[in-house]
Amino acid sequence: MTGAQILIESLKKAGVEVIFGYPGGQVLPLFDKLYDAPFKFILTRHEQAAAHAADGYSRATGRVGVCIATSGPGATNLITGLATAYMDSIPMVAITGQVKSWLIGNDAFQEADVTGITRPITKHNYLVKDIKDLSRIIAEAFYIASTGRPGPVLIDVPTDIQQQEYEFSWPDSIELRSYKPTLFGHPGQIKKAVKAIVASKKPVIYAGGGCITAGAHNELKEFAEKINAPVTLTLMGLGAFPATHPLSLGMLGMHGTAYANHSIMNADLIIAIGARFDDRVTGKLDTFAKGANIIHIDIDPSSISKNVAVHVPIVGDARNVLGQILEELKKTPDTSDWIKTVEAWKKKHPLVYHSKGKINPQYVIEQIGEATQGDAVIATEVGQHQMWAAQWYKVLHPRSFISSGGLGTMGFGFPAAMGAKMGCPDKTVFDIAGDGSIQMNIQELATCVCNKIPVKVAILNNGYLGMVRQWQELFYKHRYAHTTLYNPDFVKVAEAYGGVGIRVTKKEDVRPAIDKAIATDNVVFIDFHVEPEENVFPMVPAGESIDKMIGGLA
Amino acid sequence: MRHTISVLVENKFGVLARVSGLFSARGYNISSLAVSETLDPDVSYMTIVVDAKDEAVLEQIKKQLNKLIDIIKVTDFTRKEHVERELILVKVSCNAKNKAKIKALVDKHEGAVIQCKNDTAIIEAVGEQAAIKQLLDNLDTFGVKELVRTGKIAVAY
Repeated sequence: MTGAQILIESLKKAGVEVIFGYPGGQVLPLFDKLYDAPFKFILTRHEQAAAHAADGYSRATGRVGVCIATSGPGATNLITGLATAYMDSIPMVAITGQVKSWLIGNDAFQEADVTGITRPITKHNYLVKDIKDLSRIIAEAFYIASTGRPGPVLIDVPTDIQQQEYEFSWPDSIELRSYKPTLFGHPGQIKKAVKAIVASKKPVIYAGGGCITAGAHNELKEFAEKINAPVTLTLMGLGAFPATHPLSLGMLGMHGTAYANHSIMNADLIIAIGARFDDRVTGKLDTFAKGANIIHIDIDPSSISKNVAVHVPIVGDARNVLGQILEELKKTPDTSDWIKTVEAWKKKHPLVYHSKGKINPQYVIEQIGEATQGDAVIATEVGQHQMWAAQWYKVLHPRSFISSGGLGTMGFGFPAAMGAKMGCPDKTVFDIAGDGSIQMNIQELATCVCNKIPVKVAILNNGYLGMVRQWQELFYKHRYAHTTLYNPDFVKVAEAYGGVGIRVTKKEDVRPAIDKAIATDNVVFIDFHVEPEENVFPMVPAGESIDKMIGGLA
Repeated sequence: MRHTISVLVENKFGVLARVSGLFSARGYNISSLAVSETLDPDVSYMTIVVDAKDEAVLEQIKKQLNKLIDIIKVTDFTRKEHVERELILVKVSCNAKNKAKIKALVDKHEGAVIQCKNDTAIIEAVGEQAAIKQLLDNLDTFGVKELVRTGKIAVAY
């Protein structure tokens, strides 16, 4: 079997169904075999989109996303996608072509040191130097990508390896002496955690993307209800706990709800589950939750006590550890006074927006929520619209809110929505976008039309790079340096590619446009002309304590 | 504060780059690094001396190292009984008059004058860093021209 065939057989063994990619000189042998292979191959219009699509597919399904690109520029175009997936711990396998083995290091045509470039933004990477290692490397790559704290793994395959002949074999199991994730919490630590939980009067559960990865949503709900503690989620955690649940505090942090931030700052116990105390969550570290003991459950030991000192560290899979805690938990704390306090904050400081003359972007998101009844998969780009989506779309289910949290990648949402739709063909998939972000991968309209991937893109068009403009307004004396956008006619752009475009300029047309888009079996751009200088509030200025919120407080 | 840690790694190409890249990417300082094969040719041993401003940083360094897939084991010698040595080669000015003095000093430190030619003596010495430092301080009076050191290697009991 040739190396290319071994690649195909290995991907089949790994259970791959969908591949996103782009051909080129150094992956020709592989593409020749892909021509007859049983995968759904989605040809994107940019390698970056292939990486984001594989990422979105993974986030929506929990499976390993796969993308393929050629050497040099093909591979470097994957970089942003890999870094995005790495920051958010998304399992992906990227396969890149490489120049022939004997040319490596010679500055050959379309050569780049791809394993060198991607080392800090992948969980692991490989340069295949011997065809004998090829199938084992692929098996390892899938194993490493999908276990422990997941992440992207890249395999760089020189053309001559793709062409060489060797027999195919697939390992029954993978054993790596240097990689053994801890899956269950240490019993002693579980006991300590339970003791702290029972003794607490003002507990808050702070859950992140780790709960989605681990599929811990049921355990999380059971746990929260059992100890009667409010739950706040990170951006990555949205969907791990239903937004409509009485114990839900929504998102915390820089653009979190006031009641989530007040709760965490006044808690006597924070139970962090699969979250990593990112600076957008904690704000000023010196003042963060000073009165609280912290239990931190995370599968990655290096996330624990990295930013915040932790009292009870527990290394393990969020679902397993929650199961262990639930089993050990015989008594429950009395939190009724605390819940009353939290309820009062909820009443006093709800999320609000004030209608002005034009369409409010928050209103558009609320309408998408009502039209889809929380059953859709929502992807976002990065900026104001992303924060509004996190605040105003009520996420009910895990894997139904897909956003670039750690890296904050503009241009992520549209291709990620494409990937999500490939993974969940029966779901309505929306990309909530800004007029800036959508233009970073707008070429994927072609991919959607050609492959019949009917995602809906809600462009909250305010004519600005809105989040940057907001900071310029608040912190740079209204000096809007290079944040005013000249935009194309998004309706015509969609139509030019063979998609559908709808322009909405009046509030009363918002819902009909959303309904029409959902009913349309094609990619749709809805160009919502929204209030140009609307801000995302509440907001904690960077580096400030998270209870020092500005704006948007009723 | 300086800490000595050892790292057992898979002996594969690129592993050194993974380790050194991790230090630069996360802003940790390496003050010395020594790498070689072990008895098992599939495994390499690195002794790394790191500058960490506090225990928390040292903890992070160890955790981040452990996270690298090719790293088999990280050992921190901070509170562990261990032996550490460094080899230095040092060039000092020498002439007919001070040659004997240099030799006597080097002998006292259990080093060796390898060569004394023209106006330069090349001296080798092995020892703990305090002893090495003392030798270097003493040699200073003769005029140290060049210094090459392996960096520390360490092994636990």
